[in-house]
Amino acid sequence: MSNTFRMALLTSTLLAGPALAETTLTIESWRNDDLTIWQDTLIPAFEAKHPDIKVVFAPSAPAEYNAVLNSKLAAGSAGDLITCRPFDASLELYNQGNLADLTDLGAMANFSPVAKSAWQTDDGAATFCVPMASVIHGFIYNADAFAELGIEVPQTRDQFFAALDKIKEDGTYIPMAMGTNDQWEAATMAYQNIGPNYWKGEEGRLALIKGEQKLTDAGWVEPFAELARWKDYLGDGFEAQTYPDSQNLFTLGRAAIYPAGSWEISGFNTQAGFKMGAFAPPVGAEGDTCYISDHTDIAMGLNAKSPNLEAGKVFLDWVGSAEFATLYANALPGFFSLNSTPVAMEDPLAQEFVSWREKCQPTIRSTYQILSRGTPNLENETWNASANVIRGSETPEDAGKRLQEGLASWYEPQK
Amino acid sequence: MAARRQVRWHIAVFLAPAVAIYTALMIIPLFGTLVQSLMNSDGQGGHMFVGLRNFSTLFGDALWSKQFWNALGNNAWFFVVHMLVQNPIGVALAAILSTPKLRMAAFYRTAIFIPTILSFVIVGFVWKLILSPIWGIAPGMLDMVGLKSLFTPWLGKEAYALTTLALISVWQFVGIPMMLIYAALLSIPDEVIEAAEMDGITGMSQFWKIKLPLILPSIGIISILTFVGNFNAFDLIYVAQGALAGPDFSTDILGTFLYRTFFGFQLQLGDPYMGSAIAGAMFGIILVGVCIYLFGIQTRLRRYQF
Repeated sequence: MSNTFRMALLTSTLLAGPALAETTLTIESWRNDDLTIWQDTLIPAFEAKHPDIKVVFAPSAPAEYNAVLNSKLAAGSAGDLITCRPFDASLELYNQGNLADLTDLGAMANFSPVAKSAWQTDDGAATFCVPMASVIHGFIYNADAFAELGIEVPQTRDQFFAALDKIKEDGTYIPMAMGTNDQWEAATMAYQNIGPNYWKGEEGRLALIKGEQKLTDAGWVEPFAELARWKDYLGDGFEAQTYPDSQNLFTLGRAAIYPAGSWEISGFNTQAGFKMGAFAPPVGAEGDTCYISDHTDIAMGLNAKSPNLEAGKVFLDWVGSAEFATLYANALPGFFSLNSTPVAMEDPLAQEFVSWREKCQPTIRSTYQILSRGTPNLENETWNASANVIRGSETPEDAGKRLQEGLASWYEPQK
Repeated sequence: MAARRQVRWHIAVFLAPAVAIYTALMIIPLFGTLVQSLMNSDGQGGHMFVGLRNFSTLFGDALWSKQFWNALGNNAWFFVVHMLVQNPIGVALAAILSTPKLRMAAFYRTAIFIPTILSFVIVGFVWKLILSPIWGIAPGMLDMVGLKSLFTPWLGKEAYALTTLALISVWQFVGIPMMLIYAALLSIPDEVIEAAEMDGITGMSQFWKIKLPLILPSIGIISILTFVGNFNAFDLIYVAQGALAGPDFSTDILGTFLYRTFFGFQLQLGDPYMGSAIAGAMFGIILVGVCIYLFGIQTRLRRYQF
């Protein structure tokens, strides 16, 4: 054993305390796309500072994550660190005693109350996950196609549909790449993308939670009415088009506009061979306040039954640090750090997305906080309704009425 | 001669492994699920006995019962398609394969049986690709024979999606009835066939009048296997359409409904108690179906001993 190594080992042991010697932490996550980033960038950066803690990133498929995680937690075989979905899914885990209370964690000071709101008890007394990133909705477009067809980046809804008409008329490109097969795109990347401009972001969302607005009100039905118009601009057979199909259609240059979440940026950067740009959801009329969905999406918590609680806290403290924020935001452009320290990002597309925070009012997805606590689940119903409306098998009014009935059946303020 | 019968321990010893494994893996979980379906959360992290309340929610609450009947109806259609398409084709293929004049019978038999050993994930994925309106070969192939106008995104249309999936499942499993019937046909003694030929019964009428009555018990077994398999189905729908069984729940069957309820989905948290109630209802449906077959049909089937 070399002397340097012995010294290093000794120092680390002294610094971290004997309890931490040779600890392995396992991270549960749904972000299987990020496996290489964790393995090549994030984990080595952490392990360089804490050689006594080994970290393993063990993701499962996104659609199965919640089910898999719940079963693992019930069986006691879940990892030490748990990637937290926002709001009720994680709150329920905390209430069941599966997530440890992290209110006193030092790194929590680096986050604003809004950033923490998605992982707190309703009264804000306890915080149980360290916020990692938010995602912003908007539209990514093929800048080469726009230049070729002489289309200006649309600011208003009329310009948006005029642009779509022009692309359709030309016929070289599918105007918009989206399918309804997987349903969630219709809700997340369509309804929650354009919706905040109609229901005025936080104003409408909070009014819905308080019971002052209903899903049958104009602000909540009009986005469905716009979705119904999208149908004509989607590709042939969009009914059976899946999420990866849409991604490929866009990155292969066959479609001009992609209703997006900022999480697509890193994938698109490697896949697409053309210049891309992004625009925020178009507003009703020139000069209207714009609203964007800046959704607190991902955080990390600690399995309360983990045998490595201390090491887990050391790791989470690092996740809450400015160093992690910079590494993460640049390794994954499109996942915008929630850390109060400003993070310099190099990706132009990510910069464009984040610039909307300056001029638009941010909100989170309307169905996530409180409103998806009951059965029927408003988020899942919204998937179904959005897909139905785009396919034309349900009218916007019927969809609004059905969602309202479902919500009112269990949510007291809406009764 | 010993007056006392010897205790034949070897029977118990030989049965023990199967009984132990079957009990541990099937019987205990089954009763565990049935017991759990009579429980519900007491709001403090524990559970309490609620009698049949979960079932009254499942059948009485419009939100639940609508989904349940929708899933049951879809499941019934899934079964009907199998009975009308899979089993007749399986019988026909077996009859063709068992004709002595057919060349390369072993090749056809293997080729038709191969999809059965493939994983659902592969089958679902491959067919999704074949039928994809964007990358699939189905639109192109229809175009080659001038029938492009017949193509629609079948898996994305409410009217066609379930039938399409049922036919994919038929494609995958048609080998099973074919093999069982093939074996039954081969076991028909030559003397019977020869006697029929002596009486002038040959060709098609030989199949209808001699062979079919002799393989009826096998067809009965296949029907009940299809019934149990279909009402327990889940994988193909989940792989092809996801747990929300789109479009608009038109492909939702009991298995996907159970999965969504038991494990939760996206923001919907899992509810093991209602999930168990659905599992209990599925068990009941299958039990009733099997009983009707066993007591109503199988006992009346005429058997022939050679």
